[in-house]
Amino acid sequence: MSLYEELGGEASVNAAVDIFYRRVLSDAYVASFFEGVDMEKQAGKQKAFLTMVFGGPNNYTGLDMREGHKHLVDKGLNDSHYEHILAHLRSTLAELGVGNDKIQEVISIADSVRTDILNK
Amino acid sequence: MAMITYKGESYTCEKDETVLVCLLRHKVFVPNACQSGVCQSCMMKAVQGTPPKVAQTGLKDTLVAQHHFLACICKPEEDLEVSLYDSSKDWMLAEVLEKSLLNESVVRLRLKPQHKIDYMAGQFINIKGQDGTSIRSYSLASLPTEDYLELHIKRVPDGLVSNYLHDIVAVGDSLSIMGATGDCFYTNRDQAQPLLMIGVGTGLAPLYGVIRDALAKDHTGSIHVYHGSLATPGLYYIDELRNLANEHESLSYTPCVLHGDAPEGGQQGDIQSVVRTDFPDLKGYRVYICGDPQIVDSIKKQCFMSGASMADIYSDPFDFS
Repeated sequence: MSLYEELGGEASVNAAVDIFYRRVLSDAYVASFFEGVDMEKQAGKQKAFLTMVFGGPNNYTGLDMREGHKHLVDKGLNDSHYEHILAHLRSTLAELGVGNDKIQEVISIADSVRTDILNK
Repeated sequence: MAMITYKGESYTCEKDETVLVCLLRHKVFVPNACQSGVCQSCMMKAVQGTPPKVAQTGLKDTLVAQHHFLACICKPEEDLEVSLYDSSKDWMLAEVLEKSLLNESVVRLRLKPQHKIDYMAGQFINIKGQDGTSIRSYSLASLPTEDYLELHIKRVPDGLVSNYLHDIVAVGDSLSIMGATGDCFYTNRDQAQPLLMIGVGTGLAPLYGVIRDALAKDHTGSIHVYHGSLATPGLYYIDELRNLANEHESLSYTPCVLHGDAPEGGQQGDIQSVVRTDFPDLKGYRVYICGDPQIVDSIKKQCFMSGASMADIYSDPFDFS
């Protein structure tokens, strides 16, 4: 069974999107990067991101990640912001009752795309 | 093997092939990205035939109701005629049946289209201005069961189309219209869900359709309607909404005005704060927000932060420039 299936597949991603996005928007340190964006489109992107870090089906490339976040890096997006996002991801999963070892697996996938997202 | 028809051409879809792969293989370009049913950039619409249910995974109920599907995860079981999600519809003429003022700056038009338009209450149509090139979107306040299309047009300073509709267009004239589209409508997926409807200015138009549609479809949950304006003269349909609230116990109506006295049963204050105070917890609610885009975006965010799920928030903001 894949990590994605173990976590509950699409239903669990859907449950996680609202919680994760709400946590991110509540955090003034990172919320400014999301100002003025179309919330529905953004929720779609969050869903794609969560599907990927849950180990689910995806076809995203490092290049997509780089292009998609370049304008945010130009605005100052850096490692400290990324740590905040990882923390929100961790608490989202904890809120959904995901066990510690599974959380760690998700976090390491999310951490593996850090250099692409931060254009390093 | 199923045949896929797109823009008048038919293509053979191989066994186990998706609509997207089939079209791309035939050198027909369709926007796409993840190819795994997540990003929704390859969304198409089934004009004829029914796509398998799984091809609608994750789509909002309003899109499913309009037969949209994701081409990248759609392995057709029958012949399909498909179009792109945003395919433009044809322009047609519509005769002005009635024109009346709802308040000092909003005129109500009732139109009879040349051909019957399929629409859901709350969707919008486009109208061409006098110059034939300016186009503006206006929400429908009518129900598909009514034999006219109803629009509420606010006069915008220097607005090309709104001033034409206010000052020049007369009963008996014909307008160029196209429609209808939009995601802000009622679906009866959960008839017991409480509904919160927030309209600012002529944002009431689509809501007036959605409210009556929900009632006609026997919605059982509570329906809370808030209509906001700068001051009482900017409100309209006060009696109509009061009557609906009197006829239906589940419906409440609260007019809100920023300045001056609110009408009886209303509240003085900005609509966003009023809603925040009245609904501190929106978990489980379905929310419809219509009107000026800046206010809509801000109320949308507030409702999401108050616990409404993103999938339960519907809005159709327009620029009134």
